[in-house]
Formats: sequence, C-alpha cells, structure tokens
Amino acid sequence: MQRSSEDNGIEVRGLVKQFKTGPKAVDGIDIDVAPGEIYGFLGPNGAGKSTTVNMLVTLLPPTAGRATVAGWDISTQGPDVRKTIGAALQAVALDNFLTAREHLRLIAALQGITGPRARTRADELLHRVGLEEAADRKVGGFSGGMKRRLDLALALVHEPRVLFLDEPTTGLDPQSRTSLWEEVRRLAREDGVTVFLTTQYLEEADVLADRVGIINRGVIVAEGTPAALKAEIGAPTIEIVPTGDDDRVAMSRVLEQFGELHPEAGSPGSVAVRLDQDLAKRASLVTIIRAIDEAGLQVAEVRQHDPSLDDVFLAKTGRTLEGATDAEAGVAEPVAR
Amino acid sequence: MTTAVAAPTARGVVNPHAGSASLPVQVLVLARRSIKGALSRPQGYMPAVIMPLLLLTINSSGLSDATRIPGFPADRFLDFLLVITFMQAALFATSNAGLGLARDIEEGFMDRLALTPMRTGALVTAQISGAVVIAFGAAIVYIIIGLATQVDFHSGVLGVLLLLVLATWTAFCFAAIGAWLALRSGSSEALQGIFPLLFASLFLSTLNMPRDLIEAEWFQVVTRFNPVSYMVDGMRSLIITGWDGRALLEMVAVLALVSGIGIAGCARALRRRQAQG
Amino acid sequence: MTTMPRFLLAARAVAWRHLYKWITVPANFMPTFIFPLIFFGGFAGALGRVGDVPGFDYDANYTSWIFVFSLLQTCLFGGLATGFTIAGDFQSGFARRLMLAVADRRSILLGYVMSTFARAAVMSAVVTGVAALTGLEVLGSVAELAAMYALALCLSICGTLWAAGVMFRARDPQLGPAMQIPMFIAIFLAPVYVPLDLLEGWLHAVASVNPITYVMQAARDLLAGHPHDTSIAVYAIAGLMGLLLVWALTGVRAAERAGG
Ligand SMILES: Nc1ncnc2c1ncn2[C@@H]1O[C@H](COP(=O)(O)OP(=O)(O)OP(=O)(O)O)[C@@H](O)[C@H]1O
Ligand SMILES: [Mg+2]
Repeated sequence: MQRSSEDNGIEVRGLVKQFKTGPKAVDGIDIDVAPGEIYGFLGPNGAGKSTTVNMLVTLLPPTAGRATVAGWDISTQGPDVRKTIGAALQAVALDNFLTAREHLRLIAALQGITGPRARTRADELLHRVGLEEAADRKVGGFSGGMKRRLDLALALVHEPRVLFLDEPTTGLDPQSRTSLWEEVRRLAREDGVTVFLTTQYLEEADVLADRVGIINRGVIVAEGTPAALKAEIGAPTIEIVPTGDDDRVAMSRVLEQFGELHPEAGSPGSVAVRLDQDLAKRASLVTIIRAIDEAGLQVAEVRQHDPSLDDVFLAKTGRTLEGATDAEAGVAEPVAR
Repeated sequence: MTTAVAAPTARGVVNPHAGSASLPVQVLVLARRSIKGALSRPQGYMPAVIMPLLLLTINSSGLSDATRIPGFPADRFLDFLLVITFMQAALFATSNAGLGLARDIEEGFMDRLALTPMRTGALVTAQISGAVVIAFGAAIVYIIIGLATQVDFHSGVLGVLLLLVLATWTAFCFAAIGAWLALRSGSSEALQGIFPLLFASLFLSTLNMPRDLIEAEWFQVVTRFNPVSYMVDGMRSLIITGWDGRALLEMVAVLALVSGIGIAGCARALRRRQAQG
Repeated sequence: MTTMPRFLLAARAVAWRHLYKWITVPANFMPTFIFPLIFFGGFAGALGRVGDVPGFDYDANYTSWIFVFSLLQTCLFGGLATGFTIAGDFQSGFARRLMLAVADRRSILLGYVMSTFARAAVMSAVVTGVAALTGLEVLGSVAELAAMYALALCLSICGTLWAAGVMFRARDPQLGPAMQIPMFIAIFLAPVYVPLDLLEGWLHAVASVNPITYVMQAARDLLAGHPHDTSIAVYAIAGLMGLLLVWALTGVRAAERAGG
C-alpha cells in the first residue's frame, strides 16, 4: 500500500473503539488536522481522548473506521506510522532502573539512531527539557514532573513529524507548563511538526491550539478555532458600573435593548447584559456608550467579558469541564491490556 | 493500574468503630482481612499448592529407585517425601505474612492504621495469624492427600494430630520471620529476594535423603547446620518411623528457638518503625 | 555498525537494556544464579547414592549426571526469568515505549532472545564452575562438550520463546506461575535422577515422549564421551524451537492487538 499524501497531517474517518469489557469508548469520530497545526482535544474524564490517541499512535487497533497519520494508515502501515510519530502518553512510560540519559540512548537505538548522533541528540534533548543536572540519575528517584519532561524528550528523540501528547502538562508546575507550551509552539511553528494534544485545561487549549475538538462520551460535539467556538456560543457580556447607585434602574432600561440582562453576572453595583447574537455583530461598545450618553447617564466603569471555552464546554456537554467526571471515570485510566 | 494487583479486597473490613474494639477483636478483624486478601489471589497461592504436590508426584516416582539404597528408611519414596508439602506450606506462610505486611507498609495501610486507635502490633499479629491459619488448612489437606495415597502414618492418629500441630508451628516460625523481614525492609521487592534463600534452605536439608545416606561430606555438614533439616526429620519421623523421641525433641527445640527469634525480631523491628514515626 | 538494519539495531538495543538491567539490579541478578545452584547442590549433594542403585548405568559420576540436568534447567529457566521482565514492562507501562519506538515489534522478541542467550551462556559457565568444584567428571572431548553447551543454549531460546509467548499474552507478572509451572513439569518429567530405563509406570511413559528427555540424554552422553542418538536430540530441539517461535510470534501479535 502506498502513502496517500506527502504531508504530515492527520485524517480520521469514522473511528470506533469498542472495548470488550466496557463502553464504546470512541464512537465514530472524524478529525482532520492540517500539517503543522496544533490540534487540542478536549473532554472530561472517560470521554475517549486517550483511547483516540492510543489508536492513532498504533498502540490500540481500532474496532472500525480508518485513520491516516502523515499519510500512513494506522491499521495497515503501523511501522511507517511509528517511524513518523512521537508520543508522550498519559501515563509516563519509563523504566525506573535506567537513568534519563540511558533512556534517551535506548530509545534512539530502538529508532535506529546510534553513535555520536545519538549522543548529541540526547544532550540536546536533556537541555531542552531541563534535565541536564538529573541526566545520570535513575528515573525511579525522579519527581512526577521530571518524569513527564523526560517522557516528552523521549517522544522527540527521532525528530518526529507528528507529535501526540496526552495530557502533557498534568502534574507540571506553572513554570514547566509554560516552557512546555513554548516548546510545543516552537515545534509547530519552526519545524512544522503537527501536534495532537489532549488536555483537561481549557486555558491550555485556548492559548496553544490552533483548533480545538471537544469529545464527550466518544463523540465529537464541537470543533473549530477557540475563537470561533466561543463566538458560536454567544456574544460578549457587557458590564457597566454607573456613577450613581440611583442610576441602576435607568441604566438597566437602556441596556435592555441590546440583549438579555444578567443580574448575577456582574459585580455588585453594576448592570450586566449579554449582547444579542445578531445585535452583537452590529452593536459595538461605542453604540452602547452612546446610548447611555443619550439617556443622560454617567459611566464609572465598563467591562467586557468574552465567552470562555468553559462556556462552550458547558453549552455542548451540559457540564463544566473542570471537575466533570463520567460515570465510568473510576476506570477511565487506560490500562495496559 | 497496579492497585488491582496488590489491593486486598477486604480493605473495607476495617470500619471506624473497630478502634474501640479490644485487641483480640482487632486482631481477628485484621486476620480475616489478611486471609481474605490471600485467598482472593489464587494466582498467589495456587503455585504454592501445586508446586509441592508436583514435586511430590514427580519425585516420588522419579526417585522410587532410591528406596533400593540399602538402609533407606521407607518403603515408598512418597511416604518419605510427604513432609515436603508441610514444609512448602510453611514457606508459603512466609510469603503470605511477609508480602501481606510489606504491601500494607508500601501502600500506607499501616500508617493509616497508626492514626486510628488500632494498634499496628495488631496488624502484624493478624498477618501472621492469617498466614498460619491458611497453612493449617493446607496441612489438613495434605494429610488427607497422604491418607488417600495410602501413606502409612506409623505414629497413628495421635501422631497425625501432633504432625498437624508441628506443621502449624513450623508455619508460624516462617510467618514470623517473614513478618520480621517485612517490618525491617518495608518492601515487597526486598522480601521477594529472600524467597530463593528459603527455598534453598529447604533443598539443602535432609529433605531428599536421610543424613546417614548422604555421600557428599560438604552436604552432610550443610544439613547439620540447617534448621530445616530438624523440622523435616521431626515431622517425617511421625510419618515413616513412629514415635522417635529424639527427632521430635530436636524439632521442638529448633521450633522454639526460631519462633523466639522471629517474635523478638518482629517486636524490635516494630518498635523501631514506630520510633521513626 | 551503522549499516546494521534497523530491525537488528532495535533488537540489539532491547538486548542491551535487558542485560544491563540484569547486571545492575541485584534483585534481578541474584535469583538467576541461586535457583540453578540450589537444585544442583541439593540434588548432587543429597542424592549421590542414587547413582549406586542397580541398573544405573552412566560412565561419569552422579555429580555429572545431575550437572547436565542443572545446566539444562539453568538455560530453560533463564528464559522464564525473561518472561517476568516482559510482563513487568507491560505492568509499568514501559512496554508501550518499546512498542511505540520500534517499527517492527518482532525486534523486541529477537532482542530478548539474544540477551537471554548471552545471559544463559554466563550462567552456564557459573554452574559449570561450581560443579567442577564439587567433583564434576568430564569424559567427553572439547567438541562433544561444545555440542552439549549448544544443546543447552538452544533450550535457553526455547525458554525465552515460551515465556515471551505467555507474557506477551498475559502481560501480568502475577501470571508468572502459568508460565513457570508447565516448564517446570516439562523438565522434571524427564530422566532427572535416574536413566529413562529405570523409570516406571506413568513417568516412564511421559518421559519417553518428552522432547527434553532426548536433549537431556544426548547432553549426558556427550559429557560422558559416548554420544549416540544425538540426532534425535537435534530434531527434538529444532522442532521445539520451531513450535515455540510460532507461539512467541503470535504472542507479539496478541500484544499488538490488545494495545500494549
Ligand atoms: N483497556 C480498556 N478496557 C476497557 N475499557 C477501557 C479501556 N481503556 C479505556 N476504557 C474506557 O473507555 C472510556 C474512555 O477512556 P479514555 O481513557 O479514552 O478517556 P479519557 O478521555 O482519556 O479520560 P481521562 O481524561 O480520564 O484521561 C472510559 O469509559 C474507559 O473506562
Ligand atoms: Mg486520558
């Protein structure tokens, strides 16, 4: 079988995974990731994120459907897929009795990289993930964050064209998280690496991903750029604090014409309105201020709240992401069997 | 993902009210948990049941010619070797008590217990008792197997009862040693490294040949210094000889010594562990 | 070196890690020696008189008789120890790294076979050394001894293939006994203590059809300098290796399907 295209994108069609003992973890999903794009895959515990990743990295054969990674079919061209990709899975895959450097050398050798090239590559990656000092210590004594960073380095050993990261920043301190974000961005922008990244953190998807897919119970419920998704949910909320407390009723009356009032949305003493969908396209902040001005009211403070991915998530799945758990969440951790 | 391996199912047995219970009740509750935990892992105990029976079957057939050595004390090698099952049950008690306790330490169950009014000493006692109860059950099964295969117990009914007592005591010795090692190391991995040595102690004893028929001198010396030889000879005498006062006395002396060492070791290790906090 | 095909490079890397861990982790290192030596010491030491029973017909002494058994057991069980490494990797998740990193997963199997073979060679030397200290009698020529070691090391390959086949399927060290017990039975249902002719009843019947019996007999004959029936042993071991290779390769497939 031949490679269907030369690029390093990901194409998923009707992918299904039905576990023998368990739910349909992935229930017919379609995904397209363009070469060099960072795709954020969001979902609550047990939604099917890891299952999808495991299928795409050829660790888990799909029940139905097909997918290509960099043009290679995951079901029939596994060896070629593996040569092209790097992956850092949700559970770090390390050997406690080897040092960080030994890990890098081992993985390099498994990929067919040996000798001085492997050595320089190991040094380079140790530097990049900030593990130079710990390079020759056995991994068993590493902290969770150090293990995660080493796991990421292992994913990068052979300069993969497509990178899969399953919740890469879980357990990292804020500083390591930011530097990982920068690294991922650099890989995508400078090296043109395609990144498929699952996360629990909306913020992460928001700042990092070019496009986001939201999966819930094995089904993709929303997809698009973070901005588009937010826009789809609705317009911003405008919150106005009048100068005088007595003006609040009058202020409410003015704002009513722009959308639905949200008494609980703003801080005390303010009036908040969620702009109407179609109105939001025409009415800018200026229009509103002008209307207030015409009514002879004084404004002390104006705030605009854009909808967050959290709102998107709530709207699409009926629950909030942070703290959301599926019924099966107890066994959501994929086990090696 | 490893919890499924190690977590004894009966965690829930320890209820918050147990703290107000007396020490014997605490031990009872925890011992039941230990037994349940051990029995809920057939992959853990099946080999310990199967291996001795296997060795018994194979060796009693493969070594049946050994009975033709002049002066061999039994008519059948099976009768001679039946004692291996009781010894294996005892070795198994080491792993039950030791590994059970080591896991409790590793998983923090022992520390959690220390926060309740329950005594950690109760946990140690319970793990040992649990292991001994299982060994006792196994010994009964092995005696039944012996009877079914027409082993001629020369010491009669009383001897069989004494055999049961001695087998259980032997298991206690090994369980106490296992618990001691677990308390000292606090690691199931370290403990697993000990088993080969226990296994060696069994094979480097008079298990396969009476001492006076052993040709190699170095091996004679080894068996003389190996306490397991005396356990083997004592229990075996009840099966193939009858009432051999000397063998029995030697065995009881060794058992008393080893259990004393085991208990003292446990107490010391427990105190040290508690002192560390 | 760099011209080595990727497949072999990967296998070599797997083998390197396995041997490296064997040497550097005492918990891995000690048991590999202790068990064979326990059996050797226990049997050779205790059972010397068995060599005197009527009909026991072997040119070298009883220590040599048991030595061959210990040698074969060392090699066979060395393979089983590898099964635990494989299962442990699946449990710790490291197997996923291996499965992800190599293009062709059969290279993992080859790597383990290679490292276990090397380890068995070292262990064979140790067992031989200990046996030499306790009175091993060698009557065969160098070539005959080489043939004996070759047979033993083939058994190491058999052990690895068997263990890998089980553990690529089970992926759980707790199921170790399911892997050990059949091999334990297989090697003990052979003329361990006395010649095949002296075995009686069911044991004689079973041992007569056990391929390991023929390997053991041939190895003993080689040690005693009277090789005969070596070709049967070669067929037996070749057949065994072939069957177990299929078993191991289908095991690798099973692990791939299950989602290492
Ligand atoms: N090996 C398996 N066998 C059976 N069921 C499984 C297996 N792996 C996952 N599942 C089930 O599939 C569903 C999806 O799991 P998956 O791990 O893909 O979720 P996830 O989105 O990655 O969740 P999390 O955020 O917790 O990582 C869950 O209901 C889980 O219980
Ligand atoms: Mg997941």
